Amino acid sequence: MINYIIKRLLALIPILIGVAVIVFLIVHLIPGDPAQTMLGERATDAALARLREQMGLNDPLYIQFWRYIKDLLRGDMGRSIMSNNPVITELQARFPATLELSFFAIIFAVGVGVPAGIFASINQNSWFDNLSMVIALMGVSMPIFWLGLMFIWLFAVQLGWFPPSSRLGVGIDFTPITNLYVVDSIIQLNFTALVDILHHLVLPAIALGTIPMAIIARMTRSSMLEVLRKDYIRTAFAKGLQRKVVIFKHALKNALVPIITVVGLQFGVLLGGAVMTETIFSWPGLGKYLVDAIYARDFPVVQGGILFFATVFVLVNLIVDLSYALVDPRIQYE
Amino acid sequence: MKKIILTTFILLVLMSVVVTGAMAQQQGGTLVFGRGGDSVGLDPIQVTDGESFKVTQQIYDTLVDYTPGTTEVEPALATDWEVSDDGLTWTFHLREGVQFHDGTPFNAEAVKFNFDRWRLEDNPYHIGGEFTYYSYMFQGFPGIIQEVNVVDDYTIEFVLSEKQAPFLNNLAMVPFGIASPTAVKKYGEDYFKHPVGTGAYVLDEWRQGDRVILKANENYWRERAYLDEIVFRSIPDNSARFMELQSGTIDMMDGVSPEDVESVNSNDQLQLSLRPSMNVGYFAMNFNFEPFDNVKVRKAFNYAIDKQAIIDAFYAGLAEPAKNPMPPSIWGYNDDIEAYDYNPEKAKELLTEAGYEDGFEFDLWYLPVPRPYIPQGKFIAQAIQSYLSDIGVTANLVTYDWSTYLDKTEHQEAPTYMLGWTGDNGDPDNFLYVLLDKTNSNNAYVSEELHDILVEAQKTMDHEKRVELYNQAQEIIHEDAPWVPLVHSTPPIALKSNVKNYIPNPTGTEKLHRVWLEN
Repeated sequence: MINYIIKRLLALIPILIGVAVIVFLIVHLIPGDPAQTMLGERATDAALARLREQMGLNDPLYIQFWRYIKDLLRGDMGRSIMSNNPVITELQARFPATLELSFFAIIFAVGVGVPAGIFASINQNSWFDNLSMVIALMGVSMPIFWLGLMFIWLFAVQLGWFPPSSRLGVGIDFTPITNLYVVDSIIQLNFTALVDILHHLVLPAIALGTIPMAIIARMTRSSMLEVLRKDYIRTAFAKGLQRKVVIFKHALKNALVPIITVVGLQFGVLLGGAVMTETIFSWPGLGKYLVDAIYARDFPVVQGGILFFATVFVLVNLIVDLSYALVDPRIQYE
Repeated sequence: MKKIILTTFILLVLMSVVVTGAMAQQQGGTLVFGRGGDSVGLDPIQVTDGESFKVTQQIYDTLVDYTPGTTEVEPALATDWEVSDDGLTWTFHLREGVQFHDGTPFNAEAVKFNFDRWRLEDNPYHIGGEFTYYSYMFQGFPGIIQEVNVVDDYTIEFVLSEKQAPFLNNLAMVPFGIASPTAVKKYGEDYFKHPVGTGAYVLDEWRQGDRVILKANENYWRERAYLDEIVFRSIPDNSARFMELQSGTIDMMDGVSPEDVESVNSNDQLQLSLRPSMNVGYFAMNFNFEPFDNVKVRKAFNYAIDKQAIIDAFYAGLAEPAKNPMPPSIWGYNDDIEAYDYNPEKAKELLTEAGYEDGFEFDLWYLPVPRPYIPQGKFIAQAIQSYLSDIGVTANLVTYDWSTYLDKTEHQEAPTYMLGWTGDNGDPDNFLYVLLDKTNSNNAYVSEELHDILVEAQKTMDHEKRVELYNQAQEIIHEDAPWVPLVHSTPPIALKSNVKNYIPNPTGTEKLHRVWLEN
């Protein structure tokens, strides 16, 4: 097991080098010049030349690449062209927001998707099955910016049940430490803030969790249906076992591997930042920030951000792979 | 006699309004300002984006300031000033007893520290980024400010290498806010996160990507601000921001979508305020491409486009049709110029006279990104395309990504293109010279006569004389018709109706220390 983990972590290195090369080439080869973008209508040739020189953009590409790799190996991702803030600081400030939102979104997705899928599978072709699969289909195809705006309009503007956007209300006394607000407020025993933070999380988490919820529900249903047709399920029923025991102990456990795979993949995707949800709900996370950086041709931020995302994605996948062994003892890692 | 009684009556009414207005002002409260994005940095000299200036405007003061709602200049950190007869030496007398937020005294040394930091590339604190606006307004490093001399504790002298008529207007710009030397030295490259000025508000906390929280400066040299706290929240989506305003979680917002203007007007909890325009959106024709070297063709295009219809359709009516390259909010605007009206018949006649009765085909470049002066480039381009097809001319729409677009238009590669400009300092020079002088024009427009006038106006210190010169300049431009000036947009700001005394400035940002909230 340990050997396997080490092997997988070592495999991360070539992946990251590959990602670094590809990202570097893509961002430098697409048209667009950060100096020009930064100066906008005020760009004069002299100012552009000075700025390009300062950013090191006048050097040949291979020299820029060499400099980039050298800095990267020292753990230095450079400074943002736009803000002059170190890229690592920017990522540290924004990733926790994305992590927190993704976490609650996936909780919602699993909490609703898995039971709905199970229930639909054991009542195959019932009205609930049909209805939930129609809802799931809608959920998969729902444009999130529309769903988000409707949520805000209905639950914040009309009904006033939830705050419309952002992570925390104005005027609440709270000092972030790790930028994981839920964790920070618990550490500080600041329960006023905690309640407000959770209150702010509800709408964006549901909006962001809707698509994964739908995918998970459909996967749970089909995986369960497959298992429920197996002989040993028939045998279990024939032995006179309780229906509850058969479904949860015999069937669900065996159906779990593909469900975990989907949950893990979805979580990995969410961690890359949800551009639409973050935009609509003014969530200061990674997704919106990276897209803005791409528009501004903020090379260091785009490179650092994607590299970071690739690492997170690979790690999440590793955790998913390891968790298979927990639910299915037949799977072992050498 | 009747007239005198009437005048007295009106004066009395006005005075009572002013007095009761003054009595009603309430101290305290938090104003939440919703905007489209976060500030890039809070060191004003190193940034160029409006979202940064909106905040630094509150934290810093400049030597001179714009009178609220105008581009006229009034005293601020400098109480008065004089300029030598040759126009090269400016002496400023500084306000005494002013302190930066960190307790550092404000004096001539502090002013010199700031200017040296900005203008000298080998200054140890000339670090952390580009000092874009300094080099832009004062022509490079060190640019035209040759010397900065401390005369005594509260007198400072600037020696210029050449006359610059808009010098005062330039000093009033937000980027030239005076920073605490102690703080700049202490924080070095990270100063942009720890701004310290003399302004009405002090930075309390900046949660990047989310909000900036400012607290009132209790020792402000003007009257203390009415509001205790201002929170600038980043709410990127226009519709979401408007819903926040409707649900009451923010008190005011900019970037109101045209389609929401009607709902603001019909909601008695909300009010709409229009920022006086300091921009121009235009459609330029490049003299290097036939047939745009022909003035008749250019004039024909001016007659062919219905600006008011474009404004109604794409600006929710919140813009003025342009007849000059600069907006009417700027002094020196020539209102005597008679606009080319919408007249397709006349346009066709001119085309026939020019020998293009069968029309022609050309490329029309449109903006790939929304800008304040042209929010919907593609749609407006399509409207222009259809107006031109009415006079028998075929326009093919073309665009590029933003930086390529700017680069190519600047190098005169576009036959015709849409672009615009937002003014920096409220001086006519900042529009006419920057956009249309032969040394700057992107459409190969060369007029020696215009060049002479614009250069003379730069060196003339007499205000009346400058007005006259700029009036002439606008006449020449009108006759040569290098552009179709399209619009001056007046960006809408929506506020809750209890937000009082908010006066939007044409320059794009304003101090909020006189704004108050009615309970």
